[in-house]
Amino acid sequence: MAPVAQQPLHRALGLTDWEFDRICELLGRAPNDFELAVFSLLWSEHCGYKHSALLLKRFPTSGPAVLQGPGENAGVVDAGEGLAVAFKVESHNHPSAVEPFQGSATGVGGILRDVVAMGARPVALLDSLRFGELEDEHQGWMFSRAVAGVGHYGNCTGVPTVGGECVFDARYAGNCLVNAMCVGLLPADRVTRASMSGPGNLVVLYGATTGRDGIGGASVLASAELSATGEDKRPTVQVGDPFTGKKLIEASLELVEGGLVESLQDCGAAGLASSLAEMASKGGAGVDVHLDRVPLRETGMEPWEIMISESQERMVAVVEPGRLGEVEAVCAKWELPCTAIGEVTATGHLRCFAGGEPVGDIPARLLTDEAPRYRVEMRPRALERPVAAPVSPAAPDQLLRLLGSPNVASRAWVYTQYDQLVQSRTVRRPGLDAAVLRLRPSNRGLAVSLDGCGRLASLDPRAGGSLAVLEAARNVACAGGRPLAVTDCLNFGNPEKPEIAWELAEAIEGMALACEALGLPVVSGNVSLYNETDGRAIHPTPVVGCVGLVPDVRRVPGAWREGAAIYLAGAPELRLDGSEYQALLLGGPSGRPASPDLAAEAALVAFLAGIAPFSSCVHDASEGGLAVCLAECAIAAGFGAELELGWEDPVALFGEGGGQAIVAGHPGEIQTVAARHGVPLRKLGAAGGGVLLGIPVQELRAAYDSALPEALG
Amino acid sequence: MSAAPRPGVAVVAFPGSNDDGDAVLALEGLGANSFAVWHGEPALPPADAVVLPGGFSYGDYLRCGAIARFSPVMAAVRDFAAQGGPVLGICNGFQILCEAGLLPGVLRPNRTLRFVCRDVALRVEEAAAPFTSRCEAGQRLVIPVKHGEGCYFAPPDLLAELEAHGQVVLRYAPGENPNGAVDDIAGVRNRAGNVLGLMPHPEHAVDSLLGSADGALVLGSLVDFARDRLLAAAPQPAGARP
Repeated sequence: MAPVAQQPLHRALGLTDWEFDRICELLGRAPNDFELAVFSLLWSEHCGYKHSALLLKRFPTSGPAVLQGPGENAGVVDAGEGLAVAFKVESHNHPSAVEPFQGSATGVGGILRDVVAMGARPVALLDSLRFGELEDEHQGWMFSRAVAGVGHYGNCTGVPTVGGECVFDARYAGNCLVNAMCVGLLPADRVTRASMSGPGNLVVLYGATTGRDGIGGASVLASAELSATGEDKRPTVQVGDPFTGKKLIEASLELVEGGLVESLQDCGAAGLASSLAEMASKGGAGVDVHLDRVPLRETGMEPWEIMISESQERMVAVVEPGRLGEVEAVCAKWELPCTAIGEVTATGHLRCFAGGEPVGDIPARLLTDEAPRYRVEMRPRALERPVAAPVSPAAPDQLLRLLGSPNVASRAWVYTQYDQLVQSRTVRRPGLDAAVLRLRPSNRGLAVSLDGCGRLASLDPRAGGSLAVLEAARNVACAGGRPLAVTDCLNFGNPEKPEIAWELAEAIEGMALACEALGLPVVSGNVSLYNETDGRAIHPTPVVGCVGLVPDVRRVPGAWREGAAIYLAGAPELRLDGSEYQALLLGGPSGRPASPDLAAEAALVAFLAGIAPFSSCVHDASEGGLAVCLAECAIAAGFGAELELGWEDPVALFGEGGGQAIVAGHPGEIQTVAARHGVPLRKLGAAGGGVLLGIPVQELRAAYDSALPEALG
Repeated sequence: MSAAPRPGVAVVAFPGSNDDGDAVLALEGLGANSFAVWHGEPALPPADAVVLPGGFSYGDYLRCGAIARFSPVMAAVRDFAAQGGPVLGICNGFQILCEAGLLPGVLRPNRTLRFVCRDVALRVEEAAAPFTSRCEAGQRLVIPVKHGEGCYFAPPDLLAELEAHGQVVLRYAPGENPNGAVDDIAGVRNRAGNVLGLMPHPEHAVDSLLGSADGALVLGSLVDFARDRLLAAAPQPAGARP
């Protein structure tokens, strides 16, 4: 490959020769360098979804509760009683791989602004983190810094971080995953959208000043593989300022609540170029922007740099000229620069000026609607055969080892670094399954969960896609929530490689099938491709965020009560293939997980949501299987249970891949509700006593609590 | 029974305050008429008590509370305190009060150098108005902390002075110290007794549905005291308080 200086500019900017020719054809002329830079970013994978858009059409996106589906800054669903919920998950993988603290912090900042752009107040954050194994000290450092970065932004902005997950696997060592989800609340009749309308209206940029930081950051980093030497990418990582972020959130909500803005847009990846093009294109409008009016934080910036800078903590609003004074007053109160940088036109063109001179003129829809949509070439891979189950029985020591392994152990080391309480809504804090937020002053609530599937998806991406959706929905149901909708983040390798494209398509198929079975629309999402280092891809990793409605937060289950009957609900086919047990004790991943029975899974989710208000404890089995699930219940309660369960069958104790959950409560109610939903039940025993499966609960707790602090300090 | 009068409790909102809304909500629930006061105000509206809430005023840039203490409203808070008005600083509010010289000592970064958010058990050392009259000495309270710089420090001679004058109001229970604070100090008051700073967040512990309700004992004590002031001042015009 020729050095950048000797290449044609379009190739240096990441555009193919075909794409360059297509731009010339669409414009009817060759673009100038300014225009080419704008095209290269808007047509990048990150902004243009050019390798994934056609596949994403597979998702169900509509439903009676959907107020806003994909295509806006965040999805919005009706939560009843005049309230709506805006939410979205987004990745910040490559910036975090280059600089984990700032990468994860700005990932949180970005997703907060996406939700604010819908006119919603952010009320919760969740994070999904995947790094290499903690035996590698550098991975421990990277992970610690990412956790600190998430906390830094969430804590400073006054938004509680209430849930998420973290996974350690060598496949993420060179390319960590940092996905952040934000949930916001707004009046159902006040959904703000990022669509420009009304020629003559002003385009106002407010928030931080603009500098050279993050030029081409997210969009460039997210659209190419990383090399072992990430050093040359460092200047493209944005630096977060959560204090300004906090002021921006408050100012934006004041503007929306005062009815002062017609539309709002986060200034995120590809900066003004993307914000303005998307707003104009959505509204079928044009925009004239004067780049020399943009408040700058450094001197000598070129117009194209101003146009594509990814300086954080900025928003774009469309404002009627008569309201500009009021908008300026709100921004002045929050000590934020606020400048009318242009106006909405009827031309349909994005016209850019510097010093009064035109520097670029592009029909806005060419940047968005005409972005290439590639039908990716796929090469199916034959799935492995299931691995025969081990003949030797399981042993208590295996359970202790699993509880003390980083992928299973208590996440308290992580979430105690996050403010979980601010805004006074957190009825159920992070720990198990989903968190619950009270929709005060009512007693209704939201259950929220964020779950991914990597190792199992590497063995069967379709099953993995389904399992990610099912796990998120099940977690919400365990907390008493009826799932409303999901958001997704697809973390995959290079889609231009046919085997990766197949993984992506299969995972999407699996997710779509599970969503259809559960009746859940996908209302927002994000795609993160090119997650490879030196040609080696991560596990295909679909991550799914689910939001559900809890009818009464006073009846959210917690720890099992003394004497409660303990049932196992669900009887899926389980395997050790791809399980934590296999990874820790047998080596793996290898084999093939069972394909989930989606009708049975949907029945289980409905049953769990229905029985939760009547149960002291509802907890689903996920990593580590039934034995870990029971141990977590015992640790949460502080006491064990008398169970009719032996050590003979490792698959029953540690198998994964199918939905099953522990339900503790009254036998009569549990049996009645299970029968109504057609969910198989097995009575395991009753809660009480100091041991579980022959192991003292203190021993279980010691293993569970100490693993992450010991690994991370 | 006639309704008890609702004393006015001002909650100062700085840019970067996060728990101001929570404090107003908690105080309202405990019978106060609570309202936010923007940091840029040169004067306090008539109020019977003042709360400086938690958060990250000015992003905690430079040093926690170091910038907020220069906010225009702080001169009024200082006057209010000088006239005996009760002032409660929670977390960042505690840091601001230390920076402003209204409370002795300083708050350092946590020993772990990590932010910590969890419930901690506290021991009430001084059960007295205006902040702990609803408690008993030695009572155990569970109230959450959430901070990165809550490690209270005072040199030995100052510590001796604080102990001698009963200024240590709250201590972390044995083994519960989340930040390395000297002598497990969680909350201290000034010599006059009308200004208290504490790292735990009582406003996040007023409803057992959200965890503990022990924080209501602290905030409720403040509301009681504020109400007494309101009643004592009743014949006077409102503007004359405190």
